[in-house]
Amino acid sequence: MKTPIQFRLNGEEVATFVEGGANLLDTLRESVGDLSVKGGCWQGTCGTCTVLIDGVPRLSCVTLAETCAGHSVETVAGLRRGADLHPLQSAFMERFAAQCGYCTPGMLMAAKALLDKNPNPTRENVVDAICGNICRCTGYEPIINAVLDAARSDSRRRA
Amino acid sequence: MTINVKTFPRLADAASALSQERGARFLAGGTLVMRAVNEADPSIETIVRSTDPSFVNISVSSGRVELGAGVTMAAILAERELSFLHPVARAVGGPAVREAATVGGNLFAPSPYGDFAAALLALDATVMLAGGVGQRELPLDEFLSRRDRGAVLVSSVAFKRPASDAFRFVKVTRVHPKGISVLSISAQLPTASGRVSGARIAYGAMGPAPVRAKAAERALEGRTLDSAGVAPALAVAHDGTAPHDDAIASAWWRREILPIHLRRLLLGEHPPRHS
Repeated sequence: MKTPIQFRLNGEEVATFVEGGANLLDTLRESVGDLSVKGGCWQGTCGTCTVLIDGVPRLSCVTLAETCAGHSVETVAGLRRGADLHPLQSAFMERFAAQCGYCTPGMLMAAKALLDKNPNPTRENVVDAICGNICRCTGYEPIINAVLDAARSDSRRRA
Repeated sequence: MTINVKTFPRLADAASALSQERGARFLAGGTLVMRAVNEADPSIETIVRSTDPSFVNISVSSGRVELGAGVTMAAILAERELSFLHPVARAVGGPAVREAATVGGNLFAPSPYGDFAAALLALDATVMLAGGVGQRELPLDEFLSRRDRGAVLVSSVAFKRPASDAFRFVKVTRVHPKGISVLSISAQLPTASGRVSGARIAYGAMGPAPVRAKAAERALEGRTLDSAGVAPALAVAHDGTAPHDDAIASAWWRREILPIHLRRLLLGEHPPRHS
């Protein structure tokens, strides 16, 4: 039996039906059509499926979709600010923080959760924020530098 | 196979459903149950949930701490009164896992997970079980020894707040800052006139479930926390342990490094990143 659920996705109300036991990751990709969120392990281990639920990072693969009813979900598809890229997206490009790109949506959302809460993070804060996200290409340093760059550029913009 | 999802406003009703329904599993944060669902575990036919506010309640009063089983690691990190538990909560996964992983779920986490449960064991916690006909309290040691027998719903855990600086924790991992345990050690080391009185030590990943180091506790009684004082405890550090081989470490390696890290913990020599 399918259950109807409604939630806010990147600022817009969406409604869909979910099978019992469906996770949020599959629901976003297969029912709602948001392909920006990626699945890696479906075990809550790799972090590539990270989305924000009510502003905090959550692993969509181990989140029961039904529990998101009435809540706000953010994916990397909603990261742009109008016609402009989010400072994190620009910094990831400038710092070559994406190689194969598979971890990038999760990395960006984990980093956004950090910057939304702490606009001026230390390097240690950044390392902790992305420590649940696995990247097999970059060695992490370009990603850490990109997040720090994005924080600095956003601070300058706000000043 | 489609899974039934049943949500109950009261924990007691959720507990009844859990005990009555065939193939029912209780879902808290999802890090264990949803993983099994994603792997199409055929034993799961029904997911039981509860929205009972008491399930996520934190209470700290008169030296006693009570944590609803649905309290997350992130909620513990946000609670200043629980600062002694912050190193333990921070050791559970990355930020996204900590927003989901619960106190109650950690009690069921198979080795090498379950570092928070080991900390609760060192804190002499009791577990409150919810049932359709009322609640039942039992020591965590006893609960852990039979946690795999039958469907039970933990509603909360409670323990006496440790004396200032009496609680210590170390998690040994290969990856920093987030890694799965090679082992973890939690210790409550109250002292009277500079000598240990009533120590409780628990290990994570040194057996199928968190385990007390009872021989080491006895050997510490009345001793000072210096090299000579802790030596007898280190000699019996392995008593009661049954570590296993896994992708993180071999049982041999776990046994080799246990006394080294226990020594450092007891002497307060662990570097900050570990504690």
